[in-house]
Amino acid sequence: MTDGLAGPVGDAVVGAAGIAVGAGAPALVEVRDLEKRFPLRRGPLQRETGAVRAVDGISFDVREGETLGLVGESGCGKSTTARLVTRLLEPTAGTIRYRGEDITHRSRRELMALRRDMQMIFQDPYSSLNPRQTAGSIIGEPFVIHGIERDETRRRARVRGLMEQVGLNPEHYNRLPHEFSGGQRQRIGVARAIALKPRLVIADEPVSALDVSIQAQIINLLSDLQRELGLTILFIAHDLSVVRHMCDRVAVMYLGKIVEVASAEQLFAHPRHPYTGALLSAVPVPDPQLAKLRRRQVLGGDVPSPTAPPAACRFHPRCPKAQPICSREEPALEVKEGGNIAACHFPLTIEEVAGRLPVRPG
Amino acid sequence: MALLEVSGLTVSFDTEDGVVQAVDDVSYTVDAGCALGIVGESGSGKSVSSLSVMGLTRFAGNARISGEVRFDGHDLLAAGDEELRRLRGNEIAMIFQDPLSSLHPFFRVGDQLVEAVRAHRDVSRARALDRAVEMLGLVGIPEPRRCASCYPHEFSGGMRQRVMIAMGLINEPKLLIADEPTTALDVTVQAQILELLARLQRELDTAIVLITHDLGVVAEVTDDVAVMYAGRIVEQAPTERLFARPQHPYTWGLLQSIPRVDHRRDEPLVPIPGRPPSLILRPSGCAFHPRCPYVQEHHKRIVPPLEPLAGDPAHSVACLLAEEQRRELWSRLRAGATPDEARAAVGVPGQGAPVLREGLEAG
Amino acid sequence: MAGFITRRVLWMVVLLAVISVINFTIFSVLPSADPVLLRAGRSASPELVQTITRQLGLDKSKPEQYLTYMKGVVLHFDFGYSYQNQVGVRQEILDRLPATATLALGAMVVWLLVGIPIGIVSAIRRGRWQDKLAMGLALLAISAPVYWLGLVSLYLFSKEIGVIPIFQGAGSYPPDGSIVSEPIAVVGSLLLPWLVLAASFAAIYARFMRGNLSEVLDEDYIRTARAKGLSERRVVLRHGVRSAITPIVTILGLDLGILLGGAILTETVFNIPGIGRLAFDAIQKSDLPIVQGTVLIGAFFIIALNLVVDIVYAYLDPRVRY
Repeated sequence: MTDGLAGPVGDAVVGAAGIAVGAGAPALVEVRDLEKRFPLRRGPLQRETGAVRAVDGISFDVREGETLGLVGESGCGKSTTARLVTRLLEPTAGTIRYRGEDITHRSRRELMALRRDMQMIFQDPYSSLNPRQTAGSIIGEPFVIHGIERDETRRRARVRGLMEQVGLNPEHYNRLPHEFSGGQRQRIGVARAIALKPRLVIADEPVSALDVSIQAQIINLLSDLQRELGLTILFIAHDLSVVRHMCDRVAVMYLGKIVEVASAEQLFAHPRHPYTGALLSAVPVPDPQLAKLRRRQVLGGDVPSPTAPPAACRFHPRCPKAQPICSREEPALEVKEGGNIAACHFPLTIEEVAGRLPVRPG
Repeated sequence: MALLEVSGLTVSFDTEDGVVQAVDDVSYTVDAGCALGIVGESGSGKSVSSLSVMGLTRFAGNARISGEVRFDGHDLLAAGDEELRRLRGNEIAMIFQDPLSSLHPFFRVGDQLVEAVRAHRDVSRARALDRAVEMLGLVGIPEPRRCASCYPHEFSGGMRQRVMIAMGLINEPKLLIADEPTTALDVTVQAQILELLARLQRELDTAIVLITHDLGVVAEVTDDVAVMYAGRIVEQAPTERLFARPQHPYTWGLLQSIPRVDHRRDEPLVPIPGRPPSLILRPSGCAFHPRCPYVQEHHKRIVPPLEPLAGDPAHSVACLLAEEQRRELWSRLRAGATPDEARAAVGVPGQGAPVLREGLEAG
Repeated sequence: MAGFITRRVLWMVVLLAVISVINFTIFSVLPSADPVLLRAGRSASPELVQTITRQLGLDKSKPEQYLTYMKGVVLHFDFGYSYQNQVGVRQEILDRLPATATLALGAMVVWLLVGIPIGIVSAIRRGRWQDKLAMGLALLAISAPVYWLGLVSLYLFSKEIGVIPIFQGAGSYPPDGSIVSEPIAVVGSLLLPWLVLAASFAAIYARFMRGNLSEVLDEDYIRTARAKGLSERRVVLRHGVRSAITPIVTILGLDLGILLGGAILTETVFNIPGIGRLAFDAIQKSDLPIVQGTVLIGAFFIIALNLVVDIVYAYLDPRVRY
């Protein structure tokens, strides 16, 4: 292990479902100091005048069998991170290891085998499915690409099995995407993703485009599949309620940096980074009495531009606890009281957290 | 006193595929200075009903509207185009989900606000601009004078929604209709906007109709809630009572299917099976019956009327189950029973949860 | 913005250079009547032929010929001399440009004044009889070829042969006049050509405007404008048209650029001494310097107007400002 990140976080952390995560579970993906800059060009000669620092030096592990949530608001770099890990984008710096192997600069062809192991589910089931392909051929495509199940009849049988597994009617094999509802289309996306029995599924906002009453269906489907197939999931979302329900561990991003990592239990009960605290306090809860009881922490201002992020701690201009040192010295990601890893000089105390969180006291 | 009184509002659209029954016999009232939440999924009719109140569905050309909408002494559905125009933006204002597409991309923000003032007040451009700047400051835009000469694309999403709110409230309307005002925004920005709306409601004494799919937002902001499904109101109550004693199986479904930060992870989500119905071929009887775990044979024939509870006239529900059965069902559901278990325990006869019958037709 | 313009002007120069090379190559490689013989006359002595060949620079290598030609064009706006009548190509073009410019710009005013309002009315009355009528007529106007429309209109309306003689006919354009020197005569003779040339453009612009505006009227910001309580007139004319007209600037620039290079059919049918007529005659007579000159001028107008379009666009749409 190259730094202090992997060790202490999960030691003996027990997930809510009673499955031990972390303790001893080996890392499937190790990300170290990952960076992605998108250059900005200006002038007649298109010289590079700056860069959007979308992901600016982040490190985390995704452990075998766990669901790691990556949360943050738009522009924090969470989706870029997903695309870097799947190598849909080329990292500017840092390393990505998959099962111990460095895949940071693998060529397209070398990634082929990896793509079988690592699948993605996208947010918008409308735009990520080819409108002229039948459901069956969309789900069966991974077999064709990777030359598995070359026999037509057997492939069809596998696809039908997959359709059943994700709650689609196998009789709809020949339907086109527009003949399905949003939730069903997302099921097609899920079926395609699990077709090759991958180890790792990267789900980028998989339920945020769906109606409320449909979201739970897809969340339950993903949880069930994870249990049945032993999937590891990197779950990217902005909705903390969904993350709360899906994830074993959660990493919070702000402006291209990870500001806090902890087990979901710990993070939601006792956030240490003031940004995490503000994020949690902003989530509306469907409980009017609780809404009256809790004191809200509403952040001022807007997220600064990732082309010119604030010096040192990036959250300091909006942080209610900021001190002079916060604009001078960048806080390291380190273990704080309670086991959370947070990058903060003045982490939240129990007293500060009480009454702000969306949970009933006691 | 009721500021807005909607009764029997029915809106349908003629389309190539058939008649879309978007809103069906909807009635509600909003008192001056109060906040009503209208909750529903896409296609529930929650937006169309409010656009009709504003007279904005008139422009669609293929809309058929009936019923009665009374606002502060005006009969809005009978009113002429000019009378309605005078009310829009002046007495009733509206803000929308996507603040970027809702602001004109080619005009400066200040000019768009000035226009809103001058549509209703005979004042000079300079005075209207002063008012615009004052309003931008009130909604928390830094350097309002400078920002007035910016274009919408130069703002962040949250700032754009503030601009929309400033524009909506610039003539101090008595009623603000906010259609999913925070859905396109990040959660911390949503908190800012909701706080701003609550503050302005207090300071300006504006009544608010808040249209949303998010029960959390409703719980935080509103005094009363109406739950809509397939064009009809299925339950209506003061907010606290709706969350404390929900009556309609659809409301239960919503409450139990949404993941919540304030719940433990092991509390299971109970999804509502199936998917929202087509508004062209609406299910017969109770429109929720194909997805309802407690459906009885006669529910498929009889359209349930929205009726007040025996013990609580402010709380109405449109459900054919007996009040007692509903109370028992909900208490079991809340204690963690599955819909099937609750049905069996309470002794509601039926074919079992549609999950099993229609498992393959899941949304 | 300055950087953007600089970049675009540089591009324009490169593009023109490429076009001039292609242009030169095509006309010097393609078989055509020998320019030297054209000049020397029917029974020229070999010495005369040699002298003329040297005079025209045709004894030099092709690249050298090209460089000499381009030097003339760039430094002196000199396109060489017509093989036919020894007149400088520059003079020919400058003489003909006013007629073409008057024809093109006049027609543009006509098609904008006709096409845009029709498009707006059609969009507002989408699906009703006004829309159906306008779009039916537009289809007719688009389908009718310009030369056919020109001949028919001359037959119907010209003073000499017309059934209803109300317009000046073909060939009435004053031979040495321009809109400045003889405005009444020029306008009189161009009325019919303007209408004929503008007909199909007006139809295309009406359809384009209708499509744009119908789409814009479904935009969220139009709903906002209505929710503000603006009058429907203001909603459509200020908020709607403002957005719908922006893409029209793009095609307008292109169309005008093409026409300024010469409206060959219209100029021929109505016998207007413009660039198009000049090019047409030169092609028939294999007068290469003139053909080359008109092609270069045409390319220049198209590219220059494209640049103007981009600048105007940036002015109209604040989102693309650099």
